[in-house]
Amino acid sequence: MKTTTQGPEGRFPAPSSHRTPTRNGGRSGLHPEQLKPRVEGSLRRRRRLDKLTIALFLAPAMALFIVLVVGPIALAMYTSLFKWNGFGGLPENFVGLDNFRRLLEDEVFLGDLKRGLILVLLSVVVQLPVALGLALLLNQPMRGRAFYRLVFFAPYVLSEVITAVLFTMIFSPNQGLIDQSLSALGLESLQQEWLADTSTVLYALFFVISWKYFGLHMILYLAGRQSIPKELNEAALTDGAGTWQVFRHVTLPLLGPTIRISIFLSIIGAIQLFDMVWVLTGGGPIHSSETMAVTMFQYGFRRSEVGYASAISVAMFLISLVFALLYQRFVMRRDIEGAITTMREKR
Amino acid sequence: MSTRKDTKVRHFWLHLIAIIVGAGIIVPVAFGVLGGFKDNGQLVTNPFGLPSPWVPENYTAILGSSGFWRPLFNSTVIALATVVLLVVVASMAAYVFARFNFRGREGLYTLFAAGLMFPFAVAILPLFVLLRELSLLNSPLGVILPQVAFGLPMTIIILRSFFRTIPGEVEEAAILDGCTPFGFFWRILMPMARPALATVSVLAIVASWNNFMLPLVVFTDPSWWTLPVGVQQFQGQYADDTARVLAYVVLAMLPALGFYAVAERQLVGGLASGATKG
Repeated sequence: MKTTTQGPEGRFPAPSSHRTPTRNGGRSGLHPEQLKPRVEGSLRRRRRLDKLTIALFLAPAMALFIVLVVGPIALAMYTSLFKWNGFGGLPENFVGLDNFRRLLEDEVFLGDLKRGLILVLLSVVVQLPVALGLALLLNQPMRGRAFYRLVFFAPYVLSEVITAVLFTMIFSPNQGLIDQSLSALGLESLQQEWLADTSTVLYALFFVISWKYFGLHMILYLAGRQSIPKELNEAALTDGAGTWQVFRHVTLPLLGPTIRISIFLSIIGAIQLFDMVWVLTGGGPIHSSETMAVTMFQYGFRRSEVGYASAISVAMFLISLVFALLYQRFVMRRDIEGAITTMREKR
Repeated sequence: MSTRKDTKVRHFWLHLIAIIVGAGIIVPVAFGVLGGFKDNGQLVTNPFGLPSPWVPENYTAILGSSGFWRPLFNSTVIALATVVLLVVVASMAAYVFARFNFRGREGLYTLFAAGLMFPFAVAILPLFVLLRELSLLNSPLGVILPQVAFGLPMTIIILRSFFRTIPGEVEEAAILDGCTPFGFFWRILMPMARPALATVSVLAIVASWNNFMLPLVVFTDPSWWTLPVGVQQFQGQYADDTARVLAYVVLAMLPALGFYAVAERQLVGGLASGATKG
């Protein structure tokens, strides 16, 4: 067991003594011969102290993490094998993989997957390019740039609940901003019950998601863009490349890692989407805006089918995990190794 | 001459696009702010204009009721407790991961880091059952402790990478001066890590402030509702009174926007570094 106070790279030797009373004196008064036993004794003490420190300092984090993160996820896997209403100690009615078999035939759950996929595709095709465009725009020197940046990013700090309540009002058929605007423009024929119509609700949801989150992606792109050395663009321009060519052959490839992270965040966000849907539509009408998390919540907390709801949780877990591993393996392998561990959308 | 004109034209388009998108952000919020000053009749007959007359009662009624202040207070207490506990626990762990060598270190670290992959929704059901068994429902600890636990991965990763940037010579000097590992951690490392601590604190406060699912299931007792739960319940209660709901939403936005104005740099920097660096 190696237990030293060395840095990760072992940049400096183990301390010869830590009982030196003053900064540079003290030690010099002792002969090396006299020093030796004291050094060994103090090293041993030092190692014991280190072990104690490691144990004491890790314990609180370990305890919280094991009990409140790892434990519940393991418990979800366990209860997913039972038919259980969530009451009375541990579940007893073991049904094996029945809940998962039911899952594969559940049209709502399969619909959740389809809707999640649509939201991801819309994000990648609409939201992220807009964010990228704005990031490149705001990278140009222009007056008021800091102000624009502040405004574009502001929705990110509002909670999904507050955003959703605001937009329920905006989509409302009578007093809502959107239908009122259409009528002011003489476009009454386009008026809709946006959130109550199965054909529009998913797009309305996507609109609100984009309103709230494009600023986050824009900030990521801005950070990525600013890490590209200016000289590269200048060199390309001097060599006679047009603005579009510079974008296509210099900026875009160098933004690759950032774009891959941003897509990753969109997908993980879509898998976990709950608050916004719960408040905006509750998943309706007739499940047409429902997500996996909403379905899970319905079964778990509204219908007391905790076993089945746990199976949905486990499915969510496996989908995120498999997706994350595959994404890291095949899409991000060119980027910094291990980078996948450093990113996650805040719920 | 012509290049200057080009620049001007280009700037015109840049500003035009920025203003259009900016309007897309601001108009819905302005609709809320102004709508809160209207009554429901005005919202139908005069959706775009300024309120006439201005009706401040929606705002004053909410500001005069505990239905707003109580959730605001709860959210604040829970966010502060979460961030203090999270930063203390995570920096202790990050210190060990950053500056000690021991068997199993990388494995343990990977376990924490993998926690980033666990969606909160996966754990909510068993967490609810667990908190019920521990009698932590309707207790702020029932929200604070899970929030800390789920905040650990991100916080430990950011702090660990920061702690590693502090040169070994500093630690060596401290130890020669008789510092214990704890003394080094508390008296030297933590003060030096202030910028990183500010970043993770801001991220944790935003996450706690916006958390909805956990408080929703933990607090059945309205006196513990946090702001997101309060907003949602208020909307349910006054579904037909649009103007009043708008006023509540606008008031509920203010603390977050105020915090954003103060902590913008840490928040943006934290998100950018959290997503791009190891």
